Amino acid sequence: MKKPPPRSPKADPLDVIDLDAMLSDEEKDVRAMVRRVATDLCGEHIAQWYEDGQVPARELAREFGKAGLLGMHLDGYGCAGMSAVDYGLASVELEAVDSGIRSLVSVQGSLAMGAIHMFGSEEHKQQWLPSMAAGEAIGCFGLTEPDHGSDPASMTTRARRDGDDWILTGRKLWITNGSIADVAVIWANTTDEPGGRGIRGFVLPTDTPGFAAHEIHHKLSLRASVTAELTLDRVRLPGDAVFPDVTGLKGPLSCLSEARYGILWGALGAARTCLEAARRYSIERTQFGRPLAGFQLTQAKLASMSTELQLGLLLALHLGRLKDSVGLRPEQVSVGKFNNITKAIEICRTSRTILGANGISGEFPIMRHANNLESVLTYEGTAEMHALVLGQALTGVPAFR
Amino acid sequence: MNIVVCVKHVPDAQADRGFNESDNTVDRAGVDGLLSELDEYAVEEALKLAEASGGEVTVVTIGPDQAADAVKKALQMGADKGVHVNDEAIHGSDAPATSLILAEAIKKATDGNPELVITGMASTDGTMGVVPAMLAERLGLPQVTYASELTLGDGKVTIRRDNDANTETIEASLPALVSVTDQINEPRYPSFKGIMAAKKKPVESWTLADLGIDAGQVGLANAWTKVVEIAKRPPREQGEIVKDEGDGGTKLAEFLAARKFL
Ligand SMILES: Cc1cc2nc3c(=O)[nH]c(=O)nc-3n(C[C@H](O)[C@H](O)[C@H](O)COP(=O)(O)OP(=O)(O)OC[C@H]3O[C@@H](n4cnc5c(N)ncnc54)[C@H](O)[C@@H]3O)c2cc1C
Repeated sequence: MKKPPPRSPKADPLDVIDLDAMLSDEEKDVRAMVRRVATDLCGEHIAQWYEDGQVPARELAREFGKAGLLGMHLDGYGCAGMSAVDYGLASVELEAVDSGIRSLVSVQGSLAMGAIHMFGSEEHKQQWLPSMAAGEAIGCFGLTEPDHGSDPASMTTRARRDGDDWILTGRKLWITNGSIADVAVIWANTTDEPGGRGIRGFVLPTDTPGFAAHEIHHKLSLRASVTAELTLDRVRLPGDAVFPDVTGLKGPLSCLSEARYGILWGALGAARTCLEAARRYSIERTQFGRPLAGFQLTQAKLASMSTELQLGLLLALHLGRLKDSVGLRPEQVSVGKFNNITKAIEICRTSRTILGANGISGEFPIMRHANNLESVLTYEGTAEMHALVLGQALTGVPAFR
Repeated sequence: MNIVVCVKHVPDAQADRGFNESDNTVDRAGVDGLLSELDEYAVEEALKLAEASGGEVTVVTIGPDQAADAVKKALQMGADKGVHVNDEAIHGSDAPATSLILAEAIKKATDGNPELVITGMASTDGTMGVVPAMLAERLGLPQVTYASELTLGDGKVTIRRDNDANTETIEASLPALVSVTDQINEPRYPSFKGIMAAKKKPVESWTLADLGIDAGQVGLANAWTKVVEIAKRPPREQGEIVKDEGDGGTKLAEFLAARKFL
């Protein structure tokens, strides 16, 4: 057996508990590579992209594709076939730059590619996955509707048969990458059909007549991410556009479970950036004749933020190892999303207080991250929904409706 | 064409770099290191040439245990095999000794027949930039240095060298040694596949004895040059804020003139 490296004599302020010792060399190399790609491509520009509410998503996708980041945890079809832990570490590094950048990669890799990889026919996979992995084609995932968010089972988007074809009609709202997508995975209700089988997924090339996407402006969160409304006005798709074997809510929910797994890691990246900015600031900024870091109240904030961040990472790594070995149940992912996003947003807000007025300035990353996490708290199942999932697992009593 | 690339593991410029107090050598153990950025261009150029014309890329490094990371990074980028020369007697070696060890390692790695050797233009820690020339001399190869463009022809290599006032096109017969600048290409990131594949690529670990080099030819005690004294850069002074009350320009000029900038 290889001799373990000597224990470092001094604490790493970002990893006091030496969680790094639980990672393999390759995992650390993966993390270092993604950190470099993310900072090289976005580091200098992200604040401006956020302020402008504009992000060069297509160019970024191509660069991320070259690095192998898109669908990195999937096997075959040009995907890198990395582990769940690798994917988690990558999500942290992307979200340490911005939640919007991580969203681009999550939606492409976990939701759109993940759905096609999990449920698509062989033709769907061959047609879309290699170009999506390369970042040449962009995908989106349309589940949420204007009137149905947390309760997607009540969706009103309908798919009806017309001969062999399908006709889709409805609206989808808050769809990440929607207006830049080449392909949309759309979930629609087929119950009205004779022999209809509930909610089913469709692979919809966005140049199909009747499909339109409108970008949503005036967001005050996740501004460096494209969000859109999709309208489906009698969109005609061939019979083989449907995912052949999956019916009911478990289709979209199993894709969401994959994406949530990445998010429960990623949000800690945003928290890390904020905590590190606050820690440094507290050492440099003097008030009442001494650095902010020298006040007990500041230290108490730093100590609890650092502890929460590391506990979150510990949970994420545990879930990752579990996913790589025996797999995860949905309520286990809920524990991660429920805890880690809530804690991450608290860390960002507390970090904000340490920077005082500078905390609200675009010159520092903190307000941007804190605002972003408001979206992250809501999408992929709100904190309340995850509490209910957990509540049901604990009590056996569903309390959703 | 088989290509050898020399790479160096250097202290991370982002980290707190320093010197060993006992002998004024660079502290390579107490600080995080990485593949010298200027060497990434050499690796990238070799990979491009090998991809276009076939052949293998071998990376060679000299350094303590941590220097294996520089080899690993190059293998992750796509190089085929690595050589790591590691021997305590090498500590403190200067450029002539470094070039001697590199020359012997390259000869051993290529059975005495290197076809093309590529190096960075300088290391990012020492920044002397003399090793490529010394190495070419020791290998008896033509040296074409500071290449901003490299083309392989029939039995020859052509480079472009951008100087301040002119641009030279230089040709050398192969085998040859080329040092490349940071203008020559855009180094790739290691891909995930590269990271996983690097684990399985062969890396030779050689000592001075393996290369038939006598310890008396290298190391700090035998260096031709010596660092006599090190002084820390003085801490940055507090800046001066000039308030513009209509005479901002004059005050700025006075400030610069007082410091002999004007
Ligand atoms: C930036 C952004 C990007 C997004 N990207 C996508 C995407 O790519 N694809 C996609 O399909 N969707 C996407 N969404 C939509 C997101 O998934 C939904 O917003 C989310 O599921 C919540 O739905 P809603 O907004 O309709 O809120 P609602 O469901 O109306 O909920 C409002 C509030 O009520 C609470 N609530 C609801 N029901 C209950 C209950 N039974 N008990 C207790 N509390 C309850 C919720 O927790 C929440 O706090 C995105 C959202 C945002 C903000």
